[in-house]
Amino acid sequence: MVGTSDKFDEMFDGQGATRPAYTDYCAWYDEQDNKWLQRKNADADDSFRKTGITFNVYGEDEAEERLIPFDMVPRVITAPEWRKLTRGIEQRVRALNSFLYDLYHRQEIIRAGRVPERLFRQNEAWLANMVGFTPPGGIYTHIVGIDLVRTGPNEWFVLEDNARTPSGVSYMLENRETMMGMFPDLFSQVPVEAVSDYPRRLARSLAACAPPAFAESGRKKPNVAVLTPGIYNSAYYEHAFLADQMGAELVEGSDLRVVNGLVQMRTTSGFKPLDVVYRRVDDDFIDPLTFDPSSMLGVPGIMDVYRSGGITIANAPGTGICDDKAIYSFMPEIVEFYTGEKPLLPNVETWRCADDDSLAYVLDNLDELVVKEVHGSGGYGMLIGPTASKKEIKEFRKKLEANPENYIAQPTLSLSTCPIFTKKGLAPRHVDLRPYVLVSPSGIDITPGGLTRVALKEGSLVVNSSQGGGTKDTWVLKD
Amino acid sequence: MLGRTANGLFWMFRYLERAENTARLLEAGLRMALTRDVQTAQEEWRSVITTSGQRALYESTHDSYDGQSAWNFILRDKANPANVREMFGAVRTNARLARTNISSDVWEAVNTSWMELDQMLSRPVSQGAVGDVVSTIRRAGTQVHGAFEGSMLRNEAYHFARVGTFIERAESTARILDMKYFLLLPSLSYVGSSLDSGQWDQVLRSVAGARAYTWLNAGQIDARGIVEFLVLDDRFPRSLAFCRSEQRANLAALARMHGAEGTCNELMRDADMHITDLTVEEIFEQGLHEFLIDFMARNAAISGAIAEDYRFLA
Repeated sequence: MVGTSDKFDEMFDGQGATRPAYTDYCAWYDEQDNKWLQRKNADADDSFRKTGITFNVYGEDEAEERLIPFDMVPRVITAPEWRKLTRGIEQRVRALNSFLYDLYHRQEIIRAGRVPERLFRQNEAWLANMVGFTPPGGIYTHIVGIDLVRTGPNEWFVLEDNARTPSGVSYMLENRETMMGMFPDLFSQVPVEAVSDYPRRLARSLAACAPPAFAESGRKKPNVAVLTPGIYNSAYYEHAFLADQMGAELVEGSDLRVVNGLVQMRTTSGFKPLDVVYRRVDDDFIDPLTFDPSSMLGVPGIMDVYRSGGITIANAPGTGICDDKAIYSFMPEIVEFYTGEKPLLPNVETWRCADDDSLAYVLDNLDELVVKEVHGSGGYGMLIGPTASKKEIKEFRKKLEANPENYIAQPTLSLSTCPIFTKKGLAPRHVDLRPYVLVSPSGIDITPGGLTRVALKEGSLVVNSSQGGGTKDTWVLKD
Repeated sequence: MLGRTANGLFWMFRYLERAENTARLLEAGLRMALTRDVQTAQEEWRSVITTSGQRALYESTHDSYDGQSAWNFILRDKANPANVREMFGAVRTNARLARTNISSDVWEAVNTSWMELDQMLSRPVSQGAVGDVVSTIRRAGTQVHGAFEGSMLRNEAYHFARVGTFIERAESTARILDMKYFLLLPSLSYVGSSLDSGQWDQVLRSVAGARAYTWLNAGQIDARGIVEFLVLDDRFPRSLAFCRSEQRANLAALARMHGAEGTCNELMRDADMHITDLTVEEIFEQGLHEFLIDFMARNAAISGAIAEDYRFLA
């Protein structure tokens, strides 16, 4: 095994010694035959293809199913580190919910002058239909993914909040299954917290959010379904996987109809009421009567049923506003305003290009900063100054000057690395982490683990799967 | 379960059965062509394509019949939208649709078979490879059915899949018989004479019944015996009588689970009356072709009624 460079490596310290989190793993690794590991590595893809864990990519010719590359070296977090992270995540998710409630009710935070009104007035994810309405149990973000990055032993930052429809949880689960299939002995040597009960936790959490109509119905168990745009959606595998694992129905818009004031599913024995819908369809498409009238993916009238307490929609329409990077830049204020505490997990320093001073600074330092679109996602539409060409910077400068409020900028963080398995042995690559958080009236539940995304290209900081990123199994060690 | 999902299961198994039946038809044709001279082999391939119901389409894109063109047409030719590659794609698409109602074993059997076949059929199939392809298709069917029997709950999903299998199988056996009857026995006077035993042997091979028939009939091959075997013998799992009894049992189970009978159960009873206690003489009297046309029409009507009764479509 080799040591790494100047970046913070999670496995090895500067002297090339193994950090405590990885002691057990490295002891196991050093005993394995390298040829055998190579073979195992080649088998991993096969196993993913067989299970069908693919995402769809639509090219010019025909649909193609791709795998997200999987790296077989786990990313390990110790129990104390994890406890610290969960406290910070809980605080943040609590604040996000309070913020959403406030935003759609009295807007105290704006009255208090802590967040400017224009932030959401101009935001496409803001839904006027949600004003004055409280979702069942007061929960807006039933399922949240908080993207974290690390820069040092005790330095974790929140990079993004995914309150709309965080995806990727099926990879957290399947990566673990694959690892256990590949290296069963490893798990008997290293005590790792299980992630496999996530679907059960999700089912329980969703059931706990059943709407008032369910309570009045006298039925024993709420009917839960995952609403998917259909088999051609890039994340269909995940939708089917989650429904299957939860024992919930997997529905499309065409399976649902409003009958007798309730959203009902067309089953083989007639229409059956649906109580909680975990929708993986965007706000715009969820109800053609309320939003995009051309949408075939949604359910006409579902918003009326929702507002009358007939169904729970998870996540609540209008939560997507929290994914906005301009809102993100106010998260420290938001956390403090609603919890009365300093944020336990800091934001990455962020310049809002809408402010003149910040814009001037950003324009002067484009070659050192990462500039992102406020509504962008998936690693698209961003500039990574240090690796961009002069021409790219020049072009980006024009876009930025033309529409500054559409951008924020952040310093180029020196993301931590975790080794991946290569033909030449272990090699450090940059990683991030997305833990999955479930919110219900019974509390906030964080599964110990998450999705570690890894930039497979040497030196690259972009971990998005659409841009050559892969994934790793994420281990939280037991105490 | 959802009507749409039931539809997915039903069609997943119809397409699986169709792919398998097409492979058997092709396999019988291959064997036949090998044992004939070039001229007759051409006739064989024409007959295989005709039986698969794609003659017009084939002739609009090909000038002549030869093995290579014929099996590629059946297996993978884009000019034929009902090629086996597409059928298997449809099996997988429907399995994805019904993913929450099939076990992982079934899904993996479908997915791995599809991966293997799709790969095999991504390039033209040579003479040397066609046998492999055909046996891979048959094995795929066996694997999926095996996983299905061994791992599925006996709930409505199970019965929708089974009824789809037997609707398709009944249709396939009836069509093969009808095509061959029409081609080989143009007038009633031929009935009973031992015509071309090779041709009838091929019919039996197309439905995987050659061995069973020989065993039951001590090698005596004639039209009457074969019709009796393929239509009325409920011991043979591809006979019309057997398919009917499976359809009936599965539809009855569905009615029990839903606490009510539907139009499909009614049509099923009508169809049963038509075939119960029938003798092969009576079939020949009314005309085998007429009998089969009526059978296929009833089969299609039952299929349609199932979709209606169980709300397959919005």
